Amino acid sequence: MTDALLTGDLPLPAHPDYLRDGTSLTSWLTTTDHKRIAILYAITITIFFFMGGAAITAVRLELFMPNGGLLTSDAYNKLFSFHGIIMVWFFLVPSIPNTFGNFLLPLMIGAPDVAFPRLNLFSWYLTIAAGAFTVYALLAGGVDTGWTFYTPYSTMFSNSHVFAAAAGVFVVGFASIATGVNFIATTHMLRAPGMSWFRLPLFVWATYATSLIMVLATPVLAISLLLVMAERWLGLPIFDPAQGGDPILFQHLFWFYSHPAVYIMILPAMGVVSEIIPCFARRRIFGYDFMVYALIAIAGIGFFVWGHHMFVSGQSPYANLIFSFLSFVIAVPSAIKVFNWTASLYRGQISFEAPMLYALGFVGLFTTGGLSGLFLASIPVDVHVTDTYFVVAHFHYIMVGGAVSGFFAGLHFWWPKVTGRMYPESWARFAAILMYSGFNMTFLPQFVAGYLGMPRRYHTYPPEFQIYNVMSSSGAAVLALAYLLPLGYFAWSLFYAERAGNNPWGASGLEWTTTSPPPPKNFDRQPRVDRGPYDYHPEGESAGLNPPEVQNAREVR
Amino acid sequence: MSEATGLLREPWESFERQSEAGTLGIWAFLASEILFFGALMLTYTVCRIENADAFAAAGRATNIWYGTANTAILLTSSLTMTVVVQATASGDNFRRLILACLTVTAALGTAFLAVKGFEYKDDIEKHLVPGAQFALTEKSAQLFFGLYWTLTGVHAIHLTIGILLVLRLALLGFRRRLELDRNPEIRVTGLYWHLVDVIWIFLYALIYLPGRAS
Ligand SMILES: [Cu+2]
Repeated sequence: MTDALLTGDLPLPAHPDYLRDGTSLTSWLTTTDHKRIAILYAITITIFFFMGGAAITAVRLELFMPNGGLLTSDAYNKLFSFHGIIMVWFFLVPSIPNTFGNFLLPLMIGAPDVAFPRLNLFSWYLTIAAGAFTVYALLAGGVDTGWTFYTPYSTMFSNSHVFAAAAGVFVVGFASIATGVNFIATTHMLRAPGMSWFRLPLFVWATYATSLIMVLATPVLAISLLLVMAERWLGLPIFDPAQGGDPILFQHLFWFYSHPAVYIMILPAMGVVSEIIPCFARRRIFGYDFMVYALIAIAGIGFFVWGHHMFVSGQSPYANLIFSFLSFVIAVPSAIKVFNWTASLYRGQISFEAPMLYALGFVGLFTTGGLSGLFLASIPVDVHVTDTYFVVAHFHYIMVGGAVSGFFAGLHFWWPKVTGRMYPESWARFAAILMYSGFNMTFLPQFVAGYLGMPRRYHTYPPEFQIYNVMSSSGAAVLALAYLLPLGYFAWSLFYAERAGNNPWGASGLEWTTTSPPPPKNFDRQPRVDRGPYDYHPEGESAGLNPPEVQNAREVR
Repeated sequence: MSEATGLLREPWESFERQSEAGTLGIWAFLASEILFFGALMLTYTVCRIENADAFAAAGRATNIWYGTANTAILLTSSLTMTVVVQATASGDNFRRLILACLTVTAALGTAFLAVKGFEYKDDIEKHLVPGAQFALTEKSAQLFFGLYWTLTGVHAIHLTIGILLVLRLALLGFRRRLELDRNPEIRVTGLYWHLVDVIWIFLYALIYLPGRAS
């Protein structure tokens, strides 16, 4: 025994964890550590989230009264456009992939970093530059085209800052592509020994499928926006019907990206939930192989359904028929996933910590959003509810109820790993329940209002819709509180909460075998993998009451 | 592979895998680029189907000599780039050949841009820029030239990036700051260069040939 031990000094670990390995601002801004880049992204998207949230708060306040009065029509248009642009491209698309994907992908496959660490940092700087363009567009007077930039309004008629906003989205697209390329190469080339494709956690599969969509869909968005910019800036008449151009073509290009973009937002959330449900049910995931195939199928079929956004745009009835059919088809793999999550609970030992509450909330809200999507896939119903609040409610159930719940589920689940601290459990459960209730209070009434015919994007409406709008706006207040709460208790936990062990949840992933927070190169020794994920109990048995000893049994050489 | 250890980067432990990852990464990026230009060519195709006569007339107004010269220049540059990539891959220390061919590749790329510049000057003088002064009277001829400027402009930006990448390799190589043998960066740059070249072959057919076949 050495003197140091006798005098009570513990030997220091070989190197500090990634958070303490260099504390200057420069060490953060020049880092190539995927975990630090994940934190940079987390801070960035949190700022964007609350910017987009502030814009929609004004919108919801305006909608309390049928005749508005708070905002001019012009300001109203600019606020909901800003909300959409920011939330889609600067929060939802980068949300889970660039934070948890960055942080967890190398950890989950047993790698020291992503394949191209400098490209990873570059992608963050691109996001910042793009955000600057878009925020400039807002400060300079805003953009009023909606997040969809439809031509010919955006090219020929709008007198707002379309160019700057489109440039921002154009640039952030390259950040997306860079991240996608990086993740694909990482998943292919950096898996630890023994980590075969069918031993990958479903979150990795989800990130991989998302990356494929990012790489293959984003360039088409880039082109559609580039053409809008060229028309506005150089007067090239690409979408001008008077010159033989085709404004509907823009919609095709735009939705060729923007429908798959829905899966960029939802697949990672599905991945998160697939990690959490087995952990808190102490069960193996039901039908792992099918979960993988479903992810890939959703990513693949997702490329062929964009026309369901154009049922009333005058496209050919045969195209409508095929797009309608394929939109029903894509519900099948989604349904497989919902059934498998539910079946994973069967014979489990379920406990309701905050991540699990969010994850179960995700399943419910995603199912509601998905089923309402089938209404919209059916042409006769779609014609009736096109451009109404029914559509708004539907996609918010998927993107906010689904993707944002998934984001918060992951945030609570991996918070101990990211920061080395636990979060306050009862506050978190309260926030989870509040978020679920606030969400439903906000968006359920919109289904009704939309079905009764209330159009979206108007700031005045007939008085008979007021009841639904008041319900919705009150729900939004609850929801806003539920989003602010975690900001408070997470900040608190950074300083005062108890320290987390390596594996506070008794979870089975590789990321839980290293310290919390992990060292800069993730693992002190190269992990070797000799079993599949979700090894919570012996095959063919129910979950036991005792925590399984997966982690202790895992061979780490 | 001991001579390659100087090329090993974080987070890789094996140069083979690092090199393979670089190739995989650039192929994924090229797939993205193909969709980028694919969407642009799709736009062109849709517009051409809807305005066949105007596109034929406008196609005849382009300067096929510049376009053909540029096609020859760019195809030759792909030849020299291939020599570079094969020479590095052989690992037999073809330093002078590699540097010479890198220089020629960059020079040919620049020559393409120069010819393109003359062509643009010509086009501007002939009032082939969409707007009030536009020279052709056929309806939708402006649409063709809108797409012409977009397609060739975006291609020229890609080529400029390619030239800068090749020049970077050449400069670092001349100053002996870059290990040339088996360097994955060279193969990655080469693949990118070839894509820009292949795209031009499509653009040549789309821009200069309509209206000239019959
Ligand atoms: Cu869609």
